[in-house]
Amino acid sequence: MNKSFKLSSEQFKTVFAGLSEHYCIVGPKRFAGLGRFSDTDLIRYAPLTSIDELELAEKSCFSPKDLVFPPDETLFYFNGQQFSEAALPDNLEIIVLLRPCDINGIDRLDRMFMKNADVIDPYYQRRRSRLHFFMIECRESFENCFCVSMNANRSDNYAAALRFGKDGVEAEVASDKFLETFAVNGSVFEFKPEFVSENQIKVELPKVETMPPEIFTDKLWEEYDSRCISCGRCNTSCVTCSCFTTRDLFYGDSRTCGERRRVWDGCHLDGFCDMAGGHTFRKNKGERMRFKTFHKIYDYRKRFGVDMCVGCGRCDDVCPEYISFSNCINKLSARLKEGAE
Amino acid sequence: MSLDLNRKKVTKNAYRITKRRNYTALRVRVPGGHLNAAQLSIIAGLAETFGDGTLHVTARQGFEIPNIPFERMSEVNAALKPLLAELQLRHGVQIDNIDAGYPGAGMRNISACVGNRICPFANADTTALAQRLEGMLYPNDLHVKIAVTGCPNDCVKVHLQDFGIVAICEPEYHYDDCIGCEACVKACERKVTGALTMQNGKVYRDERRCIGCGECVLSCPTAAWTRRPGRLYRVLIMGRTGKRNPRLAMPFLDRVSEDVVCQLIKNTLPYAERHRLKCIPKEHIGYIVDRTGLDVFKEEALTGIEFNPGARIAKTIQWPGYNTLNDANFKLISK
Ligand code: SF4
Ligand code: SF4
Ligand code: SF4
Ligand code: SF4
Ligand code: SF4
Repeated sequence: MNKSFKLSSEQFKTVFAGLSEHYCIVGPKRFAGLGRFSDTDLIRYAPLTSIDELELAEKSCFSPKDLVFPPDETLFYFNGQQFSEAALPDNLEIIVLLRPCDINGIDRLDRMFMKNADVIDPYYQRRRSRLHFFMIECRESFENCFCVSMNANRSDNYAAALRFGKDGVEAEVASDKFLETFAVNGSVFEFKPEFVSENQIKVELPKVETMPPEIFTDKLWEEYDSRCISCGRCNTSCVTCSCFTTRDLFYGDSRTCGERRRVWDGCHLDGFCDMAGGHTFRKNKGERMRFKTFHKIYDYRKRFGVDMCVGCGRCDDVCPEYISFSNCINKLSARLKEGAE
Repeated sequence: MSLDLNRKKVTKNAYRITKRRNYTALRVRVPGGHLNAAQLSIIAGLAETFGDGTLHVTARQGFEIPNIPFERMSEVNAALKPLLAELQLRHGVQIDNIDAGYPGAGMRNISACVGNRICPFANADTTALAQRLEGMLYPNDLHVKIAVTGCPNDCVKVHLQDFGIVAICEPEYHYDDCIGCEACVKACERKVTGALTMQNGKVYRDERRCIGCGECVLSCPTAAWTRRPGRLYRVLIMGRTGKRNPRLAMPFLDRVSEDVVCQLIKNTLPYAERHRLKCIPKEHIGYIVDRTGLDVFKEEALTGIEFNPGARIAKTIQWPGYNTLNDANFKLISK
């Protein structure tokens, strides 16, 4: 059976309406006036009630990671005697419309939460297993994107791939689950998604098997001591940042009843490295930048064989101090080369 | 031939009497303090062609072009035409004869801070509101000073105006997006009023302390604070400089819509006309309010206004200021 189709805008609306009956459809959506500055918009992932709400012109400020890893999630309730796990509010399956970089980003989270040694995180898994990826074909990069350098510009991990054009949608349907609705509403057509093959921003990854220890204390990191204000935006907007803290909260003045939550944390934020007894390490922002950089493009690779960072460029988009992560990677590579000479 | 001028007419045409006999200075209005480079070139051209090639940037964000011979007023007025079209007609000002220069010298230029066209702190496009007010109010013969500022930092110093308009916001909290990083709490504590506190890892806002500056929105890394859609303002009234009793403007209306602000100021014009002292040319609005009392001002200036839900009004006002005649406080320290 042929698996690719062409649909007029009207036909695609019918597909969307049909799917909406059984799935929650989520995609990047524009919220007018809710941007950081007045009279600016906020683009973030949210349920879509119509395909017209899908924002394609601009990159979202936040990633779709909320769907599998919400900013604040109750894990279980306790009362001093027992505990019970928090149920999900519903068990709707979710279709998420997202670009290849974010599909790869969620793959990086999968490795972290489900393929890390033998431990599978059940709270992550129960959300992850509800997701179906509808890939938004991405042929032109946005500002600050460097997905090609990170080898995250392509993906074949999707239930359907969609090209949104002026008068309709071209679709390749990879999952049989969704085949019928596309086949019934659209007409047969040859379509294979294309991918960005070059970004304006290119990074050169460090070509070392092992980081030379001197680089940890290199003066390269010093500039970030004074530049970074540890606002944490690079962490919260990043699709692959997966750090969290756990927080127990007690109801009213109870000492026994309450709940345990896990809440996003980030290596640039104050308090991330606080330990029992009050000790803290990585006090300097430069050390935090170093830690993030190594995690994104070195340590993670050692463990999982791919880089963590997918080059979505959101960290560069949102940094109020104009700190550019892609520039930082290039600075590191240049420094390593100098050292080798 | 000797000059024979109708001084009152000339003044109304925005030319002032200057120290130098037979020479005048033209006041150019720039509502909202923002203009484009081409308009600036026209103003520069006026100074070069008719004046002495210099310009004064006024405290109210207009220009004063000095040393123009009175005889050349009609030529200047003709050259002013494109400026009047762009900076007045465009904002809705009615001018009967566009060839005759400015139709009035009052009220004073409406100034504005840079607002959200430039400033990240701003809660509104201050220039746009100043221009809207210009369209509604100019020309008139009353002594009223108005300025619009984008946030409570008050860079344009609305505290010294008769009507000081401060754009504010109502921060809305999205509980599920908050990660308890405390950035907003620290920002409000260090820079503003300490309206936010942490409880159980979440943030609580004391509405009575919150002044709607928007610092919390700016500082949140997860957009857990956003501005509630719809513009809101605080209106401070009857601040002034001057020879008698300088004082700061005080909050009168809070959390009101743009329409309420505009209607309030519009209603003030007939109020001032009714109560002003007729024996001096232009009594400053603040002194009129001093004479009638706040209650009469309230009654007349609020007539017919439909307030937005959530609007608040000051019960009483005591203006901090001083009388310039307090000589008793001074002693000689050097003879
Ligand atoms: S966004 Fe920029 S300033 Fe903020 S923590 Fe990250 S690097 Fe530092
Ligand atoms: S580190 Fe920056 S570019 Fe890389 S995945 Fe995170 S936000 Fe995207
Ligand atoms: S008053 Fe506020 S908005 Fe206006 S320039 Fe100052 S800081 Fe910016
Ligand atoms: S708007 Fe300003 S005063 Fe109100 S809570 Fe936010 S930071 Fe504090
Ligand atoms: S800044 Fe945002 S995330 Fe941090 S405590 Fe305040 S509301 Fe929560």
